[in-house]
Amino acid sequence: MEKGLSGLRGRDFELSDVFYFSKKGLEAIVEDEVTQRFSSEELVSWNLLTRTNVNFQYISLRLTMVWVLGVIVRYCVLLPLRVMLAFIGISLLVIGTTLVGQLPDSSLKSWLSELVHLTCCRICVRALSGTIHYHNKQYRPQKGGICVANHTSPIDVLILTVDGCYAMVGQVHGGLMGIIQRAMVKACPHVWFERSEMKDRHLVTKRLKEHIADKKKLPILIFPEGTCINNTSVMMFKKGSFEIGGTIYPVAIKYNPQFGDAFWNSSKYNMVSYLLRMMTSWAIVCDVWYLPPMTREEGEDAVQFANRVKSAIAVQGGLTELPWDGGLKRAKVKDTFREEQQKNYSKMIVGNGSLNSELG
Amino acid sequence: MGSGGSSAAQIPDADNIRRETGFSQASLLRLYHRFRALDRNKKGYLSRVDLQQIGALAVNPLGDRIIDSFFPDGSLRVDFPDFVRVLAHFRPVDEDTGTRDPNEPEPLNSRMNKLRFAFQLYDLDRDGKISRHEMLQVLRLMVGVQVTEEQLESIADRTVQEADEDGDGAVSFLEFTKSLEKMNIEQKMSIRILK
Repeated sequence: MEKGLSGLRGRDFELSDVFYFSKKGLEAIVEDEVTQRFSSEELVSWNLLTRTNVNFQYISLRLTMVWVLGVIVRYCVLLPLRVMLAFIGISLLVIGTTLVGQLPDSSLKSWLSELVHLTCCRICVRALSGTIHYHNKQYRPQKGGICVANHTSPIDVLILTVDGCYAMVGQVHGGLMGIIQRAMVKACPHVWFERSEMKDRHLVTKRLKEHIADKKKLPILIFPEGTCINNTSVMMFKKGSFEIGGTIYPVAIKYNPQFGDAFWNSSKYNMVSYLLRMMTSWAIVCDVWYLPPMTREEGEDAVQFANRVKSAIAVQGGLTELPWDGGLKRAKVKDTFREEQQKNYSKMIVGNGSLNSELG
Repeated sequence: MGSGGSSAAQIPDADNIRRETGFSQASLLRLYHRFRALDRNKKGYLSRVDLQQIGALAVNPLGDRIIDSFFPDGSLRVDFPDFVRVLAHFRPVDEDTGTRDPNEPEPLNSRMNKLRFAFQLYDLDRDGKISRHEMLQVLRLMVGVQVTEEQLESIADRTVQEADEDGDGAVSFLEFTKSLEKMNIEQKMSIRILK
């Protein structure tokens, strides 16, 4: 801010100081950091999918022919195969977990449920033609810990469960999702909440604490951003997940946008059209980095800890860090941010103003 | 693949707007997309709420005043031409001002018009003068609760005194421009991407 406000003399208030704020304000109107994170990333070179081509323009007949060929391949060859695979995967998951759920609790049951989960998730990921590259497998989340990752789409869950089993946290849904959820919870303990329970933060924290206290239970998977971001940046991590305690295993997920856009713009597409878009892309290619586990240090509060984890994930995944709350796309921003700006400005004009009056 | 010529046809009255504001085709298209993106309910115009949703604007101490400049005379909606007209004030100054036709109205992004824009951020009642009271109000917006009333009043008094030449206790537009004649307005009030 100091640079923008450099005036003719010292740092006293100038009539022109209003320029700085008005310029910043209008810049925000033209383009702001947050709104652009909720639309798909623009590609440098086209990947033959019209959906990623924002400025469509007819270039040549040859290119159009190649594109038509691409459409035929994607919709008539790949799509049916993928839909079939997805169908097989989901049915196996439901049937498998229900069967395993009949068994009494034992190490055999956990081993079998892991087998079922892993197999079905691998089939489902194949249904999306997912190619996943895992890095640093030695830091894979252990039992009794909390796994924390950046969120781009519901597929994140599939991508992580292919390499290990997690206990998921989320709301109970109806319909197909609900059936899957109920089946899964029979085989191994996931943490599903009713919608009303989600509002009660203490209840949520308590249940999660109980889960990780039991060292035999699988690590919990949480997405602290709370909403899907377009995979170019990491937004504010909500501190709730970091107040539970325990060891945090950060994971960074970065999709390669050349093969398909994985971002779920929930205001634009519903789940079914999103899945269809996924299944008609070329492939889902992504990198998953497991980061060394972190715990809250002495004298660090939940917010600072959350920011520390966020930075680690952003650096590893090559994403930019933003302090903004992802929930901004639905709600208004807090006044505390505005007060911070006012504080910085006041420090400048009053800090020097009083100095001048002493000398002058 | 190049920004499409085909989409420019979507902008109603594009040629008139371009002539009035001086924006390039590409900038106008960009602003049109931005207008559409901000207009969440696809109403075809923007309301105050649409602008207040922008996080970086909501935390700006002068955010409300800036939003006011889009809604002059108590209007409640801003359509695309008006939206662009306000933004045109922040277009970088054209290099070749020497060859301008003196009979044509001054371009929206001239130095005078930029100063006028800044002036009306202060002058709430639009009487052509910034009174001490109006100065205080803007100062209060920019510092929030961090500064005491006395300190703020002394700053406001000093500023008005320095700029006020005819001794009427208020800063008129001419006095405003005179006190800022050395300032590089073109650079401070221009947004480069709006070429």
